[in-house]
Amino acid sequence: MIYPDSNNILEVRGLRATVNGIEIIQGLDLTVKSGEVHAIMGPNGSGKSTFAKVLAGHTAYEVTGGSVLFEGNNLFELAPEERARAGIFLAFQYPIEIPGVANSQFLRLSYNTVQAQRGREELDPLEFDDHVRDKMKLLEMSPDFLDRSVNEGFSGGEKKRNEILQMALLEPRLAVLDETDSGLDIDALRVVSQGVNQLANQNSAMVLVTHYQRLLNYIVPDFVHVMEAGRIIKTGGKDLALELEARGYDWVSAEFQASQTHALQEQV
Amino acid sequence: MSTVTSIRQPVADYLGALLADHAQLPTSPLARINSLRAEAVHRLDDLELPTVRDEAWRFTDISELTKQSFKPARSATSLEVDDVAHLYIEEARTRLVFVDGTYAPQLSSVETDSGLVASNLPTVFTTHAAAIDAHLGHLVTFRDEVFAALNTAFLSDAAVVVMPRNVALSAPVHLLFIATQTGVVTSPRCLVVAESGSLMTVVEDYVVLDQPGRQEGVYFTNAVTEIALEDNARINHIRIQQEGSQAFHIANCAVSLGRASNYQSVSVTLGARISRYNLEVAMAEGAECAADGLTLIATNQLADTHTCIDHVQPHGVSRQLHKCIVGGSAHAVFNGQIVVRQGAQRTDSVQSNRNLLLSGKAHIDTKPQLEIFADDVKCAHGATIGQLDDDEVFYLKSRGLSDSAARSLLTYAFGAEIIALIPVASLKRRLETNVLEQTGGQL
Repeated sequence: MIYPDSNNILEVRGLRATVNGIEIIQGLDLTVKSGEVHAIMGPNGSGKSTFAKVLAGHTAYEVTGGSVLFEGNNLFELAPEERARAGIFLAFQYPIEIPGVANSQFLRLSYNTVQAQRGREELDPLEFDDHVRDKMKLLEMSPDFLDRSVNEGFSGGEKKRNEILQMALLEPRLAVLDETDSGLDIDALRVVSQGVNQLANQNSAMVLVTHYQRLLNYIVPDFVHVMEAGRIIKTGGKDLALELEARGYDWVSAEFQASQTHALQEQV
Repeated sequence: MSTVTSIRQPVADYLGALLADHAQLPTSPLARINSLRAEAVHRLDDLELPTVRDEAWRFTDISELTKQSFKPARSATSLEVDDVAHLYIEEARTRLVFVDGTYAPQLSSVETDSGLVASNLPTVFTTHAAAIDAHLGHLVTFRDEVFAALNTAFLSDAAVVVMPRNVALSAPVHLLFIATQTGVVTSPRCLVVAESGSLMTVVEDYVVLDQPGRQEGVYFTNAVTEIALEDNARINHIRIQQEGSQAFHIANCAVSLGRASNYQSVSVTLGARISRYNLEVAMAEGAECAADGLTLIATNQLADTHTCIDHVQPHGVSRQLHKCIVGGSAHAVFNGQIVVRQGAQRTDSVQSNRNLLLSGKAHIDTKPQLEIFADDVKCAHGATIGQLDDDEVFYLKSRGLSDSAARSLLTYAFGAEIIALIPVASLKRRLETNVLEQTGGQL
């Protein structure tokens, strides 16, 4: 939701990033304010997921230009774990499996690490158990998930729920959800979306990276951005997503090309 | 033994020196034991200590062992229950404890309600002669394996466990071998028989007793275990090797699986300066086996696991997941042989060996060895050696964990996947804590 006079949580200016020497992000600008929900859409290969991973600090992605401020501070001075502790959360498109570590152990370790860094109280296993069970109700997750190894043998939908459960525990200022809707059936999509909606609040913001409009039926964005070739080429309201669903991406691309040409002619 | 000594080369002299004490061994009142010993001594005339020139020992240099001299252990122990109770497994209602190779009845306890027979060899030899005669010295190929022969030459006692027909015992049986003396060689021996349709869990556990203020010394454990599963029997066999950091540990385990029997084993190797575990499993029709293992070593340790799963008859199923975590300048060896005999059609076998190197000086040799002589079988195997996966480390860091905490947790998890297969809760917890400490993890 858009609130008047809210603070900037994320300010991205002219961001450029490469993977294996190939430039994937090519001058990206984006401002996200507290309370807002942004959707980033675009065809495959447009750089959506790369942008999400750059924000979280994946070392395979090299930032070659531009700036990103997170709550006014230079994001690139923070290691991935420092970003997480400062309040950036990435829900993974493909969460990893950790056989041998119980989900409850992992969740508590992560929760307590972040709590300690934020100067808040850590929870012992019993206290944490109560706390996490409350959060699991939000996502209609069975308590069995606590005893199973992290993501091991989870279905696609179960893995995504587990990601949102982590988001609920870590209470981020900025949550980036990378293709959280992919691989979900309609029931799971509804449950996950409801969970996400309940976590939205005035003091935090969300960026949804998605290929499909259907997620946005459940989580209504304040802004919809279209990415192409590593930049945002169009920004609109929630209706833009419906238009994209109906008409595809080509017209946005054509419109952008025309505006670029026009801008060039003006300069000449 | 003087004639033997005179014809041996220097390395063989070593064997002669070990055997020199053999003459002092009192004659057993049991004829079968005396004949096994004699046969073993006779075979040792022809056997030699292996060197790296032997294919089966190519990666495992035991010349360090031959530089040491060992005496037989003093037999009396003054240990009391309080000294060793921390080594007990709380779920176990039957426990046979051997200290430096000698049975310690005051530390042992046996629950007989189920009909389970568990005792040391001289106690049960006459009452259960049939089961013992049928298997003792028959399963292990001591005639060709020098260390098994050496063990057999000194055979005087053994842990004997016989599970009667169609009885299922849920509480584990704990066979605990405690080392306390240095400069000694011991020859632990186990015989486990599961009669048809029975079910049991056996924990074979080799530990050194931590004695505060005493430096860890050199000693040599040379163990032999024989396990027989009759038709439709099931044994969960957990083997823990946690010898002292300067110890030598060589063990031969031979398992015979009857029709449709099921042998599930997990072997965990944590201790010893140099260790070698030979596991041989022979499978009859429709038998199932799992031979999983974890080796977690560091500093200058060397740990070698040699397994052979022999599908003798059709419709057998074998599964093997062996993992090594190697740090420091340690050296792990895994040689996994799977044999499918000519008549063993419809065999289904999967072997996987996964290795994690934690330092630049750590070393792993892995050798899968499939020998398939049947044409209608399903056999898969694979081996990987690697460092931790960057995406996995990143995932944990994105949840706030520091780089070192993330790496420790993943290393722990790599090992814990094997520990999780152990069906004894307290033992699982104990080993998880061990692995957590060794990997520097926190949970």
